[in-house]
Amino acid sequence: MSTATSKKMNSIQALNMALHEAMAADPEVIMLGEDVADPEDGGVMGVTKGLSTKFGDARVRSTPISEQAIIGACIGASMVGMKPVAEIMLMNFTTVAMDMIVNHAAKLRFMSGGQTKVPITIRVTTGAGFSTGGQHADYLEAWFAHTAGLKVVTYSTPAEAKGLLLSCIFDDDPCIFIENLPTYFAPGEAPEPGQRIPLGVARVARPGRDATVIAYGPQVHQAIAAASKLAEEGVEVEVIDLRTIAPWDRATVLNSVARTRRAVVTHEAVKPFGVGAEISSVIHEELFSQLKAPVQRVGAPFCAVPYSKPLETAFVPGAAQIEAALRKTLK
Amino acid sequence: MTENASMPDRATLIEMYRKMSLLKQNDEQARAAILSGKLPMIYYSPRGQEVIPSAVSVNLKTTDYICTIYRGTHDMLAKGVPLKDLWAEMAGKATGTCKGKGGPMHITHPASGAMITTGIVGSSMPIANGLALASQIRKDGRVTVAYFGDAASNIGAFHEALNMASVWKLPVVFVCQNNRFGEHTRYEKATAAKHIADRAVGYQMPGVTVDGNDPLAMHAVAHEAIERARRGEGPTLIEAMTFRFFGHVFGDADAYMNKEEKAAAMAADPVPRYRNWLIEQKHVTAAELDAVDATYASEIAAAIDAAIAAPFPDVSELRKDVYAAELTE
Repeated sequence: MSTATSKKMNSIQALNMALHEAMAADPEVIMLGEDVADPEDGGVMGVTKGLSTKFGDARVRSTPISEQAIIGACIGASMVGMKPVAEIMLMNFTTVAMDMIVNHAAKLRFMSGGQTKVPITIRVTTGAGFSTGGQHADYLEAWFAHTAGLKVVTYSTPAEAKGLLLSCIFDDDPCIFIENLPTYFAPGEAPEPGQRIPLGVARVARPGRDATVIAYGPQVHQAIAAASKLAEEGVEVEVIDLRTIAPWDRATVLNSVARTRRAVVTHEAVKPFGVGAEISSVIHEELFSQLKAPVQRVGAPFCAVPYSKPLETAFVPGAAQIEAALRKTLK
Repeated sequence: MTENASMPDRATLIEMYRKMSLLKQNDEQARAAILSGKLPMIYYSPRGQEVIPSAVSVNLKTTDYICTIYRGTHDMLAKGVPLKDLWAEMAGKATGTCKGKGGPMHITHPASGAMITTGIVGSSMPIANGLALASQIRKDGRVTVAYFGDAASNIGAFHEALNMASVWKLPVVFVCQNNRFGEHTRYEKATAAKHIADRAVGYQMPGVTVDGNDPLAMHAVAHEAIERARRGEGPTLIEAMTFRFFGHVFGDADAYMNKEEKAAAMAADPVPRYRNWLIEQKHVTAAELDAVDATYASEIAAAIDAAIAAPFPDVSELRKDVYAAELTE
């Protein structure tokens, strides 16, 4: 990418940079997905642009609209040492391939006693905000996080996107890499070439002493906005960007909450049975006597992603909800 | 037996019998071990279907890959999975192919090219494509065989996988073992196509229906499909007609089966029939085949005894192989 040398880059460019670096670094990295090759526009959002031209049609293949076949092909190739990257256009479409993902990708290492492994990366994008309705914008990370054997990763900035995607591709386990459609074009600091960010390690996105917000994806920015609001009143909120949702960085989260003694977990997925429930539970189990208030959860209401703009706006949790949750812990 | 232009040589004829003898006796001892209470386990008997993987496997190299399904111990043994490892896995022991963590429905032994046994109907095919894709990209000359049953051709994964394999000309052979039943439901009640092979037309790949209980016919069809795949000319769908003798899961009451039909199929048992043919045609003497049978009888018995004597896996295995790194909590 020519923009690699500029100071700003959006997530599409950063992800594209990661894919170029991975394919250049290792001939066993291949890319399968609907419309991913250049004759088909290098992906509907252009994330894979240039890859088939540079690395050839054998390694970068536009597929039939066949999610089971895409993931199955990635699994098979990975079992003999390749490092396939699948693009499943939208996270909702993973539901078509759940047998391949849950029964096979996640379990083959365990069920084979470690004889086979499935080092695939499944790139998905999602996120409410474009009025695409109930089947194009869901956050399903809790399903995957609940499945032993899968790693679930997401990012909050273009540079983070690049570093984390590279780590997923070269990780020995199957990774679900969640991209965020509404923020694809938001610019951020450009990543350094070659830079990787290790999986399973959270990032303190904003230091603070009075409360901790655990967030991931674009919610990190909502949490920082809420923290800035409270900072005007002298309350310093720490924001943790989880990066890897599963397996999550318990040490960083628990160390922070042990200090701040107040916590809010936020995500864009619906609140019931969500990732927030697990993190909140572990905090209570480990730190109950040190907490000054019960951990609060923020998540979307328990309904399908709505179409109508006011409904969609109300559906996605934002800084206001996080701020309200923080105030509950600060009472 | 259907003699044909690609009649295998004597060594291959005998090798096919060796495999059939192994598979048949392995099943007999498995059922005996279950019935006697010696080794209780969930088991899907492949008795009656031995010819298919035997005739396929003599055309495969160790480095070729297979993917099979829960009724798959015959496919695994025919490809070369060691008896002791297989039995220890079926017994859930630490010495099993999968350290006892997979079981009879998930036998895996990459050293033999036996890459996956899946318990999900239809799921061997998409994964076989991936193995074949790796071979195509690497140009390593390997062929992948996906085994599945007739009912699996009614699940969406079949359609997705065969279409993709054909579009990409993958070096894969789809071998449907049509044993006339999907679980307890007869073929005709569940499948609109007269033959599974008819479906190949829709994928623009060769589709062949063959008597899967006829070793010579099965060998010829498998040979052609495997060599076609190896030459880079793409996939083939083989429908091998057969009959399963012992129901869906071993122990089911068979009430859904026609007794006369089953009795006739068992009377036409393909393994002794082939054995007799080999002797009649003077390819081999009865004494030589007796020796083959006796060798396997004792090897299987020894594998079962070793499996029973072997240690169970340590509970710490629950934290291992979930991810590459062992779980700490």
